[in-house]
Amino acid sequence: MTQYLLSVVEPSGDGTLPPDLGQIMSDVTEVDRQMREAGVWVFAGGLHSPKTATVVRVADGEVLTTDGPYVEGKEHLGGFSIIEAPDLDAALDWGTRLARATRLPIEVRPFQGGE
Amino acid sequence: MTPGVPVEQTVEQVFREQYARAVAVLVRVFGDVDVAEEAVADAFTAAVQRWPEDGVPPSPAGWIITTARHRAIDRLRREASRDDRHAQAALLHARDEPLDVGAVSDDRLRLVFTCCHPALAPAAQVALTLRLVGGLSTAEIARAFLVPEPTMAQRLVRAKAKIRDARIPYRVPGEQDLPARLGPVLAVVYLVSTEGHTASAGDELARADLCAEGIRLGRLLHELLPDEPEVTGLLALMLLTESRRPARTTADGELVLLADQDRRRWDRALVAEGQALVRDCLRRGQPGPYQVQAAVSAVHSEAPTAADTDWRQVLALYDLLLALTPTPVVALNRAVAIAEVEGPAAGLALVDQLDLPGHLVHAVRADLLRRLDRRTEAAQAYAAALERVRNATERAFLERRLAEVHAVG
Repeated sequence: MTQYLLSVVEPSGDGTLPPDLGQIMSDVTEVDRQMREAGVWVFAGGLHSPKTATVVRVADGEVLTTDGPYVEGKEHLGGFSIIEAPDLDAALDWGTRLARATRLPIEVRPFQGGE
Repeated sequence: MTPGVPVEQTVEQVFREQYARAVAVLVRVFGDVDVAEEAVADAFTAAVQRWPEDGVPPSPAGWIITTARHRAIDRLRREASRDDRHAQAALLHARDEPLDVGAVSDDRLRLVFTCCHPALAPAAQVALTLRLVGGLSTAEIARAFLVPEPTMAQRLVRAKAKIRDARIPYRVPGEQDLPARLGPVLAVVYLVSTEGHTASAGDELARADLCAEGIRLGRLLHELLPDEPEVTGLLALMLLTESRRPARTTADGELVLLADQDRRRWDRALVAEGQALVRDCLRRGQPGPYQVQAAVSAVHSEAPTAADTDWRQVLALYDLLLALTPTPVVALNRAVAIAEVEGPAAGLALVDQLDLPGHLVHAVRADLLRRLDRRTEAAQAYAAALERVRNATERAFLERRLAEVHAVG
């Protein structure tokens, strides 16, 4: 079994919410429920906007704290699910369900150390 | 084995015929492409050393597979004892997996679907298929696609790492996913053969080895999936195209268009085989792009001279193809058929509406303008085609045509 990170790729845009947000939320909740029911669910969560991010770094023993995300891009990580699946096809199948629910691209990426 | 044939030649022949089969079985046994490739390479090295002395074994393929498995297990045990988790996993996999040489056709098919998995980039799919299923060396693949060898090696390493790390499965897709997953497989095989047929760049018009490889892969797929009409269609298309290769260039290597080819030089056996396959797949009543293109090719093959070509039938097939795959390239081919049925002016009206990159649209426009005796415009169109063409043989052809319209005009 291998664990996969399913990342929701969200457009950064001007922060306006999609008009069918209610439906999207309930579709995503339903996929999350299916993942738990199938026993593949490891962890999942939605993230606050990149504006709420803080970056800390250590250079020469000094801690530098800065406001905002590490990089500002046209897209950002909107949320993610971690699942456990026997192979990429199974992971891509869950990724497809999540893409349908979120109406957004999903990046599927394996964690190290699976066997 | 054939008496009187040198053992090295036998090893080479076994390599050509059995490499994919051996790799496929060992990928299943060890669950790892690198382990399988290395093991099969070891076994062929052993064959070169042992067969001249011991004689060629009664079942060379079986010998290769068994030897490869033994050698891989020996090596993996050494590596596993040094805490190599990878080697441990491969050994564990091999313990549960029977050698089972009987199910090889399934193994090869699984390998094809792994190589052509949509999670791999198309260029990587082609390279992996030629490497693992075709048994071509990295150097050969690099040369065939005019890429530096280190670039091709890196492409292969990355693709194999992704198969391993992302766990791209080694499995024939279920019936429900098969049509979608078959698409990239057919595209890879077709690309190998078209790249061989008209090298997109370089000096020789056809790189015969790639044509042969495409057909070999096509035959393998057809043998493994005899009930998929598009697989049959693709094989037919490749065979019919290949049948014309002897007539496509003059002795000096100059390009000869279909209309001007000496049809006595077509390979009759390939024509007959291709036509039979076209009839076989069309009977199934599930037309697809490869079948329709093969049918177009079959119509051309039936005409004893270019003037006898049944262009109405060709046009009807392009109508169908355009409905199945509405792309500018198909529209361009359809416009050529229209020009034959309704005259060059009708064809030109359609070509003028098309917007597509490359030299082909300009070459077609130039030819239609030439036939309409609009020589200045024809010369301009030939010049536009020449600016874009990359294959040296096609370039020479366009230059001759350009000189002709200049000479008369």
